Amino acid sequence: MITLNHYLLLSAILFCIGLYGALSKRNAVAILICIELMLNAVNINLVAFTKFLTPEVLTGQIFAIFVIVVAACEVAVGLAIVIAIYRDRSSVVVENLDWLKW
Amino acid sequence: MGVNLTLITPELVVTGLAFVVMIISLLVPKDQKKGLAYLSVFGLITTLVILYLMIDVQGTLFNGMYVVDAFGSFLKMLVVLSSLMAIIMGVQYVEKFITGFVGEFCFLVLFATLGMMTLVSAGDFITLYVALELMTISFIILVGFGKRIFRATEAAIKYLLLSAFSSGVLLYGLTLVYGAAKTTNIDGIMEYIAQGETPPVLLLGIVFLISGFGFKVSAVPFHMWTPDVYEGAPTPVTALLSVASKGAAFGVFMRVFLKALPGNVELWMPVIIAITVLTILLGNFVAIPQKNIKRLLAFSGVAQAGYMLLGLVAFSTVGVSAALFYALMYVFCNMGAFGVVIAFSQAGGSDEIQDYNGLWKRSPFLAAVMLVSLLSLAGIPPLVGFVGKFQLFKAIMEQGYVWLVFVALGMSMVSVYYYLLVAKAMYLKDPKENTPIKVPMGMQITLLATMIITLFLGIYPTPLTNLATQVAKTFF
Repeated sequence: MITLNHYLLLSAILFCIGLYGALSKRNAVAILICIELMLNAVNINLVAFTKFLTPEVLTGQIFAIFVIVVAACEVAVGLAIVIAIYRDRSSVVVENLDWLKW
Repeated sequence: MGVNLTLITPELVVTGLAFVVMIISLLVPKDQKKGLAYLSVFGLITTLVILYLMIDVQGTLFNGMYVVDAFGSFLKMLVVLSSLMAIIMGVQYVEKFITGFVGEFCFLVLFATLGMMTLVSAGDFITLYVALELMTISFIILVGFGKRIFRATEAAIKYLLLSAFSSGVLLYGLTLVYGAAKTTNIDGIMEYIAQGETPPVLLLGIVFLISGFGFKVSAVPFHMWTPDVYEGAPTPVTALLSVASKGAAFGVFMRVFLKALPGNVELWMPVIIAITVLTILLGNFVAIPQKNIKRLLAFSGVAQAGYMLLGLVAFSTVGVSAALFYALMYVFCNMGAFGVVIAFSQAGGSDEIQDYNGLWKRSPFLAAVMLVSLLSLAGIPPLVGFVGKFQLFKAIMEQGYVWLVFVALGMSMVSVYYYLLVAKAMYLKDPKENTPIKVPMGMQITLLATMIITLFLGIYPTPLTNLATQVAKTFF
């Protein structure tokens, strides 16, 4: 029997993988993908909470739809900026973005 | 069930204005977009008047997802006022450095304004998240849209990655709180916590919330994006980012922690106190060695965020009212300082502090505005910054945090040092060139207004204090 805890565990693991990736990856696109992983962990959380705790009120699922939409907007802007920076520097490795520094 | 749309008139006006500006900007030729700025300014002034008339209105819409109250209206006025000043001061800058994109500048500022206005009125986590992202995404585009400005794209990608990361963390916190309380409504969460249970998952959620909001108000240790983004972004955007987005994020921070989570204040207060102390210490000390005026103002902004957090630490009506007063006073001082930076860079100067050498010989007016703004930020007596800091210190003193007052006071002294370094460059050193700086009309009026308000409220702060106290009664 799969319980709420299984889903929460899956979501926590996914969130941690995303967190680790976002902090350790060098390519800006890879970082964006890892942030998507974190947001998907959030979605699993939301849907699981709705299904197990308040099956008659669908707040969590609606929230998940909003998260998906906003994440899509964020990625659209993100990729546009990645292209702009690639034209500038011919590289999307975040370690090379060091013109701003103290 | 009827929906009383008159409650959200200001938001509707800004939404309509943003769409009208966006559509017209697509239709007119690139070099004739200056009228859009006048239209936006006119619309924002109308919004400001409506908000002022609505300050006593209370009510909720859409089943409590949207809350209209005095606290929200006050912060909306703050946000609209800063957008207004940013557009007036930014038009010439955008025309000169990002030619042909005045329309885009105006409607993106308006959408960011809409996001911030919705953010401070959010009564539900869903509204909160969508508003936060509307604000953030508009700001990301604004930071990066000056493609020819050196380093703007880099600042944009840094802001994008870090803010997406932080909203991921914030969102995870929101879901955990939702899981514990079984509702996303702020009032619902308050009722749940009033029952006295604190499961570990709620605690974990609160920690995530603190880090997510800490990022938006640029509190240490979540401040690392601030100097880079402030330095790289077009200066009018930096000005707006430093006052409005901070004020709005601070408002929602307060609403969530004072409305939804006051039940377990003893659990989150130590974390907030630690963050506040770190923010004040680090912000002030790291500002000292800065050579770039925008970076200096960024670190001073970090320190000022720490002072505003003192209002949350006080956890009382006096504290909230002092923090609101401080947030509004910060708008005038910071906008004044950034206005001078904008005018100076339009005249061909760089953002390095050594280039400000002898500014008073080239433009006594700009030097005077900069001096007044910086001294007010430092908290020197006849100016409004002193009143703001005094109220904050009084509020935390009443709660018995005497050591915290000493830390904050000591750090104010440190801040005087680096603010006066700029003053020294402006007044005591000789300029490299002697050409006088021409300041555009709109900019002159705005700068003069910020200076007069800074002086006037410093001498006679009572009207604003009364307003802030009345507004702070929303909580407690």
